[in-house]
Amino acid sequence: MHAAPTQNGTPFQYSEAARAEVLGLMKNYPEGRGKSAILRALHIAQEENHGWLSVAAMDEVAATLGITPIEVYEVASFYSMFNLQPVGKYVLEFCHTGPCAIEGAERIIEYTKLKLGIGKNQITPDGMFTIKQVECLGACGYAPMMQVGEFYHEHLTENKIDQFIEDCRAGKIDKGTWKMH
Amino acid sequence: MARKLLLEHAQLEGISTYEVYRKNGGYRAVEKALKTMSPDAVVEEVKKSGLRGRGGAGFPTGMKWSFLAKPEGVPRYLVCNADESEPGTFKDRYLMEKIPHLLIEGMITASYALGANTSYIYIRGEYSWILFILEKAISEAYAAGWLGKNILGSGYDLDLYVNIGAGAYICGEETALLESLEGKRGNPRIKPPFPAIKGLWQSPTVVNNVETIAAVVPIINEGGDEYAKIGTGKSTGTKLISASGNINKPGVYEIEMSISVEEFLYSDEWCGGIKNGKKLKACVPGGSSVPILPHFLVCKTANGENRMMTYESLSDGGFATGSMLGSGGFIVYDEDQCIVRNTWNFSRFYAHESCGQCSPCREGTSWMEKVLHRMENGQGKMSDIDLLTDVAKNMEGNTICPLGDAAAWPVNAAIRHFREEFEWHVKEPKLCLERNYGLVHEPVANTIAV
Repeated sequence: MHAAPTQNGTPFQYSEAARAEVLGLMKNYPEGRGKSAILRALHIAQEENHGWLSVAAMDEVAATLGITPIEVYEVASFYSMFNLQPVGKYVLEFCHTGPCAIEGAERIIEYTKLKLGIGKNQITPDGMFTIKQVECLGACGYAPMMQVGEFYHEHLTENKIDQFIEDCRAGKIDKGTWKMH
Repeated sequence: MARKLLLEHAQLEGISTYEVYRKNGGYRAVEKALKTMSPDAVVEEVKKSGLRGRGGAGFPTGMKWSFLAKPEGVPRYLVCNADESEPGTFKDRYLMEKIPHLLIEGMITASYALGANTSYIYIRGEYSWILFILEKAISEAYAAGWLGKNILGSGYDLDLYVNIGAGAYICGEETALLESLEGKRGNPRIKPPFPAIKGLWQSPTVVNNVETIAAVVPIINEGGDEYAKIGTGKSTGTKLISASGNINKPGVYEIEMSISVEEFLYSDEWCGGIKNGKKLKACVPGGSSVPILPHFLVCKTANGENRMMTYESLSDGGFATGSMLGSGGFIVYDEDQCIVRNTWNFSRFYAHESCGQCSPCREGTSWMEKVLHRMENGQGKMSDIDLLTDVAKNMEGNTICPLGDAAAWPVNAAIRHFREEFEWHVKEPKLCLERNYGLVHEPVANTIAV
């Protein structure tokens, strides 16, 4: 089951494996340039913090990289993949840009919102789903599409959405993780 | 069958692994370059090939490489731009997913030519699974001795790393990409200095698109002159085209730059024609930033000549009657599509993706988005059409990076070619609203006959 999201003040620490990974990534850059690992460090923190970045999570990233918290906040708030508010267990990120839109993305998004009873960026009451509308994900030829975790779900239809949501509820959907590789 | 230089083995079982890639001629370019050629000779071959940057701007690659400053004792960097996020473009994803070693082989060859001992691939955050495909391929290349110290006994050292983004179109602009790679917000830098003089960590840096770097492999294998024999005029070699929209066969295609747009659009080898027997209304041939072409200017230029899939022919007629090859994001619209809605959609994209650094772009993109949104929803005024043109004019050329231009061009072109459709939205507010409210259940109705 999905654990309740941590609140802003809840302490966050990387797992030992994640910390080791981040410290290792810093070595991909020249001496003193370890800050370059920040985006991946934030991705990893977000995953370990139930899909979003609390202030505590960003502070942990700053401490690990040896930079000031503001350097992390300003980066985290720039990039659209970082969620600065709690999200559901499954974040359905629908592309709604041009090529997807002409293939019916808007209809699929509307359908999913009605089905789950939520608007964009909201969480279903059971904490299972969040819908995000995002810009072009590079799947224009396989539209409409959504990304959930690591995976792209392409050529979406209403039936596929029904099946997907059912499978999520049955615990059959693997989102993919940074740790599985 | 057309000749394929990049995707020849893309469908081969196991081609993403080192063994299969190597068995099919992989890493010959690295062998040839490191064992038989000087770095300058590699640059010369690329110059001879006429290769032009495949990311969108089409700048000659060999010339870009020759601008790289080489001060003593300062490291130089090669950075691969894999932040593919131009709407309509998904070719780099296909290439990296299918044949990751081709990019790595290109990176080694190009890094050797430039004298870079550390190189980075910057991949967009959403392609996270490809990050792991690339990292696996890189570790295979290290294990086989193609990366690391003293490669092939040549005395040349190279380390290659992948850096992941986190969702920002602007990071496809090369100086924004470098800022991001340095662990900062992706705000483009003022140029000059250009990256070739002061790039990553203030060191001389070359930033090239995935496809550009991959193309170095066949250029070294076959020679620049051979490569230059493919294509037409200054559009040499092959180009990956991402085809999407209302066509029968969307997907990624490698074309020789000598076929016509008509052939590409209607032949079964490529797009296979318009879906559901509909008529062509418009086409955006090079990603969302380039001007849209109305149906009568897609296959023919204004002079009545056949339009070709080349840099020159697609831009024939300038912005008045032409467009650009751009990143090769070929988006096709059938007769049912609404140009105003599509233009609004693209404007929303640019408003979302503007980094906010320059006022004309930060303010202009969201003004255009709001004005187009109200037109599309039946609340527009006739004066809005000229207002849009005016806002676009004040953005173009007035920003640090080309995002301002990229946001202005599609709006200008849509108004230039489909003005009556914009006017229809003002004259028929009720129909606009009905159409939009019916969106969930009914297809978008045709507004202007093709």
